Amino acid sequence: MAYSQQLIDHYENPRNVGSLEKTDGTVGTGLVGAPACGDVMKLQIKVGVDGRIEDAKFKTFGCGSAIASSSLATEWVKGKTLDEAEQIKNTEIAQHLSLPPVKIHCSILAEDAIKAAIKDYRDKQQVADGKAAE
Amino acid sequence: MSVNGSSTNGQQVHEPVQVNGLRQDGQNQPQLPIYLDYQATTPCDPRVVQAMLPYFTEKFGNPHSRNHHFGWEAEEAVEKARRQVASIIGADEKEVIFTSGATESNNLALKGVAHFQKDRKNHVITTVTEHKCVLDSCRHLEMEGFKVTYLPVQQNGLIDLEQLKAAITDKTVIVSIMAVNNEIGVIQPLAEIGKICRERGVYFHTDAAQAVGKIPLDVNAMNIDLMSISGHKIYGPKGIGALYVRRKPRVRLDALIHGGGQERGMRSGTLATPLCVGLGEACAIAEKEMASEAERLTYLRDRMYNQFKERLPEVFLNGDLDQRIPGNLNLSFAYVEGEGLMMGIKDLAVSSGSACTSASLEPSYVLRALGVEEELAHTSLRLGIGRFTTEQDVDYAVEHIIESVNKLRSMSPLWEMAQEGIDIKSIQWAEH
Repeated sequence: MAYSQQLIDHYENPRNVGSLEKTDGTVGTGLVGAPACGDVMKLQIKVGVDGRIEDAKFKTFGCGSAIASSSLATEWVKGKTLDEAEQIKNTEIAQHLSLPPVKIHCSILAEDAIKAAIKDYRDKQQVADGKAAE
Repeated sequence: MSVNGSSTNGQQVHEPVQVNGLRQDGQNQPQLPIYLDYQATTPCDPRVVQAMLPYFTEKFGNPHSRNHHFGWEAEEAVEKARRQVASIIGADEKEVIFTSGATESNNLALKGVAHFQKDRKNHVITTVTEHKCVLDSCRHLEMEGFKVTYLPVQQNGLIDLEQLKAAITDKTVIVSIMAVNNEIGVIQPLAEIGKICRERGVYFHTDAAQAVGKIPLDVNAMNIDLMSISGHKIYGPKGIGALYVRRKPRVRLDALIHGGGQERGMRSGTLATPLCVGLGEACAIAEKEMASEAERLTYLRDRMYNQFKERLPEVFLNGDLDQRIPGNLNLSFAYVEGEGLMMGIKDLAVSSGSACTSASLEPSYVLRALGVEEELAHTSLRLGIGRFTTEQDVDYAVEHIIESVNKLRSMSPLWEMAQEGIDIKSIQWAEH
């Protein structure tokens, strides 16, 4: 299977590998996939006071397409508001990386990871707001 | 890999490359990419090709032409090849039938024997780790009404002889158990299986595609009634194989391919003389070099395995180490997905048991049968070494795999969790 230049670049030079402090209230963590299925993505976002994603990190267990999809996802969410980041579609990721049909699920997983990270951040904010209101 | 065994032809000039911080000068640098997939196929030995060449051109006769020189010449070559094949398994030449490969041999052995005996017996025994062509032939027989028992294997990949004994009934026609597994290289206890089958009056077929030329085989000492042989796994050409069919006591089978009645009526069709010659020569070379080659490959295999064990935590060997052919190493590098790893070592041609590398998107059924958990099955690599693998190849491969595993672990969320002491099994994963 021949992979695209974009995909190989993201695999060989992955952007934003690492971890953010998951207990930090401004950090949202998405952990999706399953070890038994052969891919797990952890994608984290750090949201600034202006409501924009100021940092993003990922770690992925999976094939090259999964690694590249999550690397690209972190690159794309940076600088976006949560609402904007939520609009990122798996089809855009798949298209950008020219994923072969059998690898489309990798891009779906990356979209899920973004949504899960956003949800985790919002859940944390609600809890914090609730505490502040008490 | 240097197939012609020569690196002094002046064409192989390598740039100095940094490996593990050490500059490798041109002489120590292996030729890239390195082939480490000898269980998938092997290159034709140049000696095999040399032996074959005349039979494409000047000695092109039909070996079944009985009335002229061209036919006799080709027939003589085919019969010499038959003797060479018979010799490496301790058989008589009359017991060797040429086929298109081990897949056809396995189909012929299973369906042929089952069909011939269908009015008397209707039960077949095999194992869950067989090659797909055996399993699929068995599925086909099931559709025709045969009953098939798929024996499980133990954690080391070997069958439990007591389970085999218990599975045999008076309706059992044939037991088909592979000699050496293609993924994990483990050697089944052939002599013990043969003894059990002979005592119970059941035919014993073994798919020996991965065993011939690698371990000593003797169809009489092991009570083997049918044996499948492949050309391209033993440095012979693709498109040729053989089936050993015992004559005393005689094994009878229905042909799958009908026609001119060649190969004692069991496999019609004009024999491909050059391919037969190639298979014969491949067997002759393998027989002659088996002992020294086994010693050399065991050294290289252990050299690889020991490096991995010493330098990487959480590396697991799949399949028994002792009951194993020298040229196979199947390892799980925990927390690193196999296909992702293969992409990082693209100078190395290897195989993986990961789902992503299979058409079915399921992890290796062989590893699953050993009880290897799915998450570890996804992290497996099969490293197959053979006749043209050098020590430089192996050392280069080890460095690159270790480097890649370390890099991918540093970006694996599972590795991170394991380091933090989080039990991965305690997490509610969303299966997808």
